[in-house]
Amino acid sequence: MLAFVIQRVAQSALVLLVVGLVAFSMFRFVGDPIDNMLGQERTQADIDRLRTQLGLDQPFPVQYVKFLGNAVQGNFGISYRQGRPVSDILMERAPATLELAAVSGFLAIFIGIGLGVFTAIRREGFAANAIMSLSLIGVSLPTFLIGILLIYLFSVELGWLPSFGRGDTVRVGGWSTGFLTASGLKALILPSITLGLYQMTLIMRLVRSEMLEVLRQDYIRFARARGLRERAVNFRHALKNTLVPVITVTGLQLGSIIAFAIITETVFQWPGVGLLFINAIQFVDIPVMAAYLMLISVMFVGINLIVDLLYFSIDPRLRADRTKAH
Amino acid sequence: MTKTLTLMSTALLLSTTALAQAETLRWARSGDALTLDPHSQNEGPTHTIRHQMYEPLIIRDVTGAFEPTLATEWGPSEDDPNVWVFKLREGVKFHDGADFTAEDVVFSFNRAKTENSDMKELINSITEVRAVDDYTVEMVTDGPNPILPSNLTNLFIMDKDWTEANNTVDVQDFEGGELTYATTNANGTGPYKLESREQDVKTVMTLNEDYWGKDQFPLDVTEIVYTPIQNAATRVAAMLSGEVDFLQDMPVQDLERVNNADGLVVKQAPQNRVIFFGMNQGADDIEADNVDGKNPLADARVRKAMSMAINRDAIQQVVMRGQSQPAGMIAPPFVNGWTEAMDAESTTDIEGAKALMEEAGYADGFSIRLDCPNDRYVNDEAICQAAVGMLGQIGVTVNLDAKPKAQHFPLITDGKTDFYMLGWGVPTYDSEYIFNFLVHGREGDIGTWNGTGYDNDALDAKIKSLASNTDLEARNADIADIWRVVQDETLYIPIHHQVLNWGMTDAVGIEVDPEDQPKVKYFTMK
Repeated sequence: MLAFVIQRVAQSALVLLVVGLVAFSMFRFVGDPIDNMLGQERTQADIDRLRTQLGLDQPFPVQYVKFLGNAVQGNFGISYRQGRPVSDILMERAPATLELAAVSGFLAIFIGIGLGVFTAIRREGFAANAIMSLSLIGVSLPTFLIGILLIYLFSVELGWLPSFGRGDTVRVGGWSTGFLTASGLKALILPSITLGLYQMTLIMRLVRSEMLEVLRQDYIRFARARGLRERAVNFRHALKNTLVPVITVTGLQLGSIIAFAIITETVFQWPGVGLLFINAIQFVDIPVMAAYLMLISVMFVGINLIVDLLYFSIDPRLRADRTKAH
Repeated sequence: MTKTLTLMSTALLLSTTALAQAETLRWARSGDALTLDPHSQNEGPTHTIRHQMYEPLIIRDVTGAFEPTLATEWGPSEDDPNVWVFKLREGVKFHDGADFTAEDVVFSFNRAKTENSDMKELINSITEVRAVDDYTVEMVTDGPNPILPSNLTNLFIMDKDWTEANNTVDVQDFEGGELTYATTNANGTGPYKLESREQDVKTVMTLNEDYWGKDQFPLDVTEIVYTPIQNAATRVAAMLSGEVDFLQDMPVQDLERVNNADGLVVKQAPQNRVIFFGMNQGADDIEADNVDGKNPLADARVRKAMSMAINRDAIQQVVMRGQSQPAGMIAPPFVNGWTEAMDAESTTDIEGAKALMEEAGYADGFSIRLDCPNDRYVNDEAICQAAVGMLGQIGVTVNLDAKPKAQHFPLITDGKTDFYMLGWGVPTYDSEYIFNFLVHGREGDIGTWNGTGYDNDALDAKIKSLASNTDLEARNADIADIWRVVQDETLYIPIHHQVLNWGMTDAVGIEVDPEDQPKVKYFTMK
């Protein structure tokens, strides 16, 4: 067990290092930050001085090693764009993204499972068919389009919900939350639907097909034969047995909700890390790009590590195979 | 109990009356100020936010004319042509209550001249700033500088004591890894005080009750809430849904929609920015074309023909939806040296252009790469696409290479492009600024944006002499002569002047500022 964990952790660390190296090798193709940092009156001397000051004149592996050295000490540098420490900026932006991702994930899971069960039980019904057809929108329409459509409908035409921003936020310790104000909650609705729609339809379709599978099983028939009520059969017996694959997929999708919040955040001017990253790319803000990419890869690697470890504990065959291999 | 209730209701009443008088301006545009530090980042949106809180000695009003701000009078010294004398406004206080005096001006100019300052190039002719008395400052230049005041309109004055007390005398240094106090805090003499700021999210400013110009300006707005909204569609939606009172950076395709909406208006004016193509004419052979051993762009006839092939009216109508003014010279209309006649010199004549190409020996044309930004100017990539078709008519096959500005601009400054798009604004409102950067050959600090390889020693000498020519009439004659050469050589292919559009509700009254720098003190609110 311990050997397995150590091996997996070592692999994860290696993946992180490689991600960082690839990221650094690509920054030069994003453009030159110097032009954005200095006004149009700047001289060649200014350019050279700043380039040396920032270490941009050095080859990228050197820049990368320097970055790693500082990052290990918790110093991610100063944002070229904002002139403030990157770690401060990330801490300031993370709550917005995490709250949005949490609400989207919550909506995706509950509405997804609810509708999945419904469409499985009422397979032939009109409503179920309508939902199934509509769910194609969630799968096929790009996020930015859904966001713009929602804004035009609910903000411009109906005037019910705000079209951008987070509303008023309250600071609780170092965390700024939108959960405690009416405008903050209102502001969450459209972006969280936009961000969660894809996952929602994915979970719904997954639950539906799993349910249909399970409902054909003998034990469901026996449960019905025992005279159990429909609700007990559907939820206690059928749904419970569909949840294993659903949980696996949901766990993996959680990472992508956070990572793909970039587009939703841009459309709704949601002040999270995704918007920060987009700005960083446009400005070639290398310290912010590097820190964001490392953060996201830590998250993905972490989730995969946990999933691996969970499988290890859930599935005894994995253990057996490994002992045999030794 | 009753007493408490009465007190409470009075308090409530008071607060509602206060609310009735308060006018909040909800203002949005595509980006945020990068920093509040007055001498870091020489960039439009950043200056715009600073202008609400900090003040320079002189500003420009909406017509582009100088308006006395922290300086009330100024002029060259009678004793020494190398000295400018500024009389300062008396009785001005910084937001923290400190008095504004000559000492603060000297301090701010010295700070702006330090190595990490982004403003230093605009005042590099100043060798010394000295306080004569509390309200008189003298600026010594390295030679007579007749247009010095033009360079000072974005040079903000900080309080010496505040800056020193907060340990923020040095301008942001990106290597140090330290946050400087002035980046996130502001203490100016301006009409608005910083209330709160979350960068890229929201900046709130409130009226400075002690502002020196309280009786001179409308100052109807008591609170400014500034929110950047990056996505163009969301920005317009926010305006249409009534969440924003004043909007900059309007996408041209939505102008009509906003103008037709109830209670909203769009106002426009020509912007201080001209868009043009540059061509590498200095090299013997260029990489981006298919002609070996020769540079077709070195031939003035070819350049002229290419300019004649561009149909500026079509670009204005189709690509810009009317939101541009076709240009015949690369100076915006308010700049000293601009003439209506020269700005009308670009004509479209395909047959004439073909004849010129034939005369130059390129009857069969040639092919060349055009480098173009896709996120800098209004519809930049679309303009280039239109130009591809137009140049195709005279046999010039253009391969368009459009990329983000962060990749495009280094090509020009590093001399790695032979045919490119560039836009230019003139903060000093004088042609010398254009010549220094775009016409003068590349030589150290001068000609840095001249990617044409053009280098004419006689012309360069003339450009250099402008800086110290105090005889304004002779100077203007020289400027006209230089423009004549630029026009005759077809150094650049002018396309158009950008037009600025500001969206606002009926309640907001303000005229469009050609520099795209609204100053809220001029706003009226109904």
